[in-house]
Amino acid sequence: MSNTVVIDPVTRIEGHAKIAIALDEAGQVDTVRFSVTEFRGFEEFCKGRPVWEMPSLTARTCGICPVSHLLASAKAGDAIMGVRIPSTGVKLRRLVNLGQIIQSHALSFFHLSSPDLLLGWDADPAVRNVFGLMGAEPELARRGIRLRGFGQSVIEAIAGRKVHSPGIVPGGIADPMTPEAREWMLSGLVEAQQTAEQALELFVSMLGKFEREARAFGEFPSLHLGLANDAGTWENYDGHLRFVDAEGSVVADNIDVGDYRDYIGEAPRHDSYLKSPYFKPLVADSDDVFKGVYRVGPLARLNVCKTMGAPLADEALQAYRETAGGTANSSFFYHYARLIEILACTELARELLSDDSILDPMVRATAGINHRRAVGVSEAPRGTLFHEYQVDVNGLLENVNMIIATGQNNLAMNETVLQIAREWVDGHDIPEPVLNRVEAGIRAFDPCLSCSTHAIGKMPMEVTLFDHEGTTVNEVRRG
Amino acid sequence: MRERQPAVNVSFDGVEYEGLLGESVLECARRNGVAIPSLCFLEGLTVWGGCRICVVEVAEGHRLRPACATQVAADMEIKIETPRLRAYRKSVLELLFAEGNHVCAVCVSNGNCELQDMAVHCGMDHVRYDYQSPAREVDASHPKYVFDPNRCILCTRCVRVCDEIEGAHVWDIRHRGQQAELITEMNKPWGESLSCTWCGKCVAVCPTGSLAYQGSAIGEMEHDPVMIKRLAVARNRGEWLDPKGVS
Repeated sequence: MSNTVVIDPVTRIEGHAKIAIALDEAGQVDTVRFSVTEFRGFEEFCKGRPVWEMPSLTARTCGICPVSHLLASAKAGDAIMGVRIPSTGVKLRRLVNLGQIIQSHALSFFHLSSPDLLLGWDADPAVRNVFGLMGAEPELARRGIRLRGFGQSVIEAIAGRKVHSPGIVPGGIADPMTPEAREWMLSGLVEAQQTAEQALELFVSMLGKFEREARAFGEFPSLHLGLANDAGTWENYDGHLRFVDAEGSVVADNIDVGDYRDYIGEAPRHDSYLKSPYFKPLVADSDDVFKGVYRVGPLARLNVCKTMGAPLADEALQAYRETAGGTANSSFFYHYARLIEILACTELARELLSDDSILDPMVRATAGINHRRAVGVSEAPRGTLFHEYQVDVNGLLENVNMIIATGQNNLAMNETVLQIAREWVDGHDIPEPVLNRVEAGIRAFDPCLSCSTHAIGKMPMEVTLFDHEGTTVNEVRRG
Repeated sequence: MRERQPAVNVSFDGVEYEGLLGESVLECARRNGVAIPSLCFLEGLTVWGGCRICVVEVAEGHRLRPACATQVAADMEIKIETPRLRAYRKSVLELLFAEGNHVCAVCVSNGNCELQDMAVHCGMDHVRYDYQSPAREVDASHPKYVFDPNRCILCTRCVRVCDEIEGAHVWDIRHRGQQAELITEMNKPWGESLSCTWCGKCVAVCPTGSLAYQGSAIGEMEHDPVMIKRLAVARNRGEWLDPKGVS
């Protein structure tokens, strides 16, 4: 290893990261390290707090997908109390998660990724952003922004606020749904579904242009993890854990979420605050944890389920599988899977809202502390999210373990960046389009590295070249 | 019926009102519809005068006095809204926020908190003092209620209501100054208290999220401080006030 290229920070992802690309003596890419450079400490400072406060406390992990934390935390709270929550409470939680997935996926596709896809990686960074998109495709940009707004408003209507909603609580949902909110959502779903269909159509029409990206943006065999149900339909709220392999064969199934530690290990890394979770049964003590690499999120969920459980999304799923050759293993397909999920969300939301029981006032179960340990799992837009709590007899937190979707994609993101670097990086020259492809490879995972921070447009980026003795030989700064 | 007290002239910020000898400046102001901010004061309980939010200037020498613990006198000229008093109230609030661990966004009383309301009312938009970030343990040992000392401002409403209205005296303050803290039952966990009657009056009067019902999630805790005024009136005058008409 003679040279290292550092890209820091990576832009248009949620949070902060840096990428270090090490070149060999011939100037070819040798290794890649994707690191997260900030520390949050939620697992520590939540200790001592009452379990009832945990949903709102942990929701602060993220401003983009706080609902996912609220749900995982509230579900852990349900299990600590040992309650079966009223069925309408479950339906409202499912509905709020659909709203969450819609808004987060809309943000990922329209605001963050479509500038790359529609304007191209070679476009000027000054226009390769959501404002540039507005100039080039004003109607698409407007619809995308409205779609995100719709998802946010669904969250607000059910849980009281768009961001960090107080209404998702251990035991269910704080308040029943109003008939007005139901009517408003049903009418809003019409445009939301149209936008999802149009975006999907557009993406499919562009796929031919991205043959190289589909091949080089993290096309490699890995396991895929997601929540699964007995019906085999796309699951985002309940059920058990299922791992499938790169061919779609089930590797482990019917795993109770409380037993996740038997299957998932977490490897700390010296240069990143992001741990690297891996599939335990495939990794012996002496092995590299990469042997247990698995992916979570839209790509994995669509590999784990048999059907979407929604007619239009199922048609799209069939076409997707034909394009991907069965099980999708290219991380570039995260974008495609995300759009199918938005469409499914609109269909499933209509199904839930069409049932009059959605207005039932009984939405919350109450109880005291009946269990000391519990695990709550939800499917966040970015993948499977785990919250594990250990409480004392009074319900005060003694231990907290959270495994975030982005963490589980850590090893896969590393592999993706390595592939992209090998495909496009050559010698010391790192032109803008190459930099952005490296970033875009990570962006395909829609990583949420910390909270709500994400850049609009051109953010400062530092590229540093080191020679084999660690001396800086070149430094490029933009922004 | 109580005998009518002799009337005297007083002025609030230059406007004349009728004061009654024996009443406090705060009582006089509120009876006349003049607003003076306060925190630890609660009608129906004895005056504590500890929070210093209700300080006013009394004309001679511009002396600062707590309105709740100062009796009206003839021709008293009282100032409420002066730049000095506004700055003083803000400082008091900032000290309260710096002293404990008040994180409104994740508090059970968010949106239903007298401290939060007072900060908004007084325009306290930042804290200039160093946060003390004390390490304080939550007491969730009581089957019905939770005590979070991180959110306590030592207003002693709970101490007074438990002693004066309920007659149990479960609550007290130990230590002094920066070390002062609220305790139950001679510093035993609340859940082990033999004298607590589970009546919930302390929870009803708490101005912050420090005392709350078990199982309260963020923003769900609503206190009921006017309950104490109703109890006090019922006890002293033998009549029950309509809760809707009590403020």
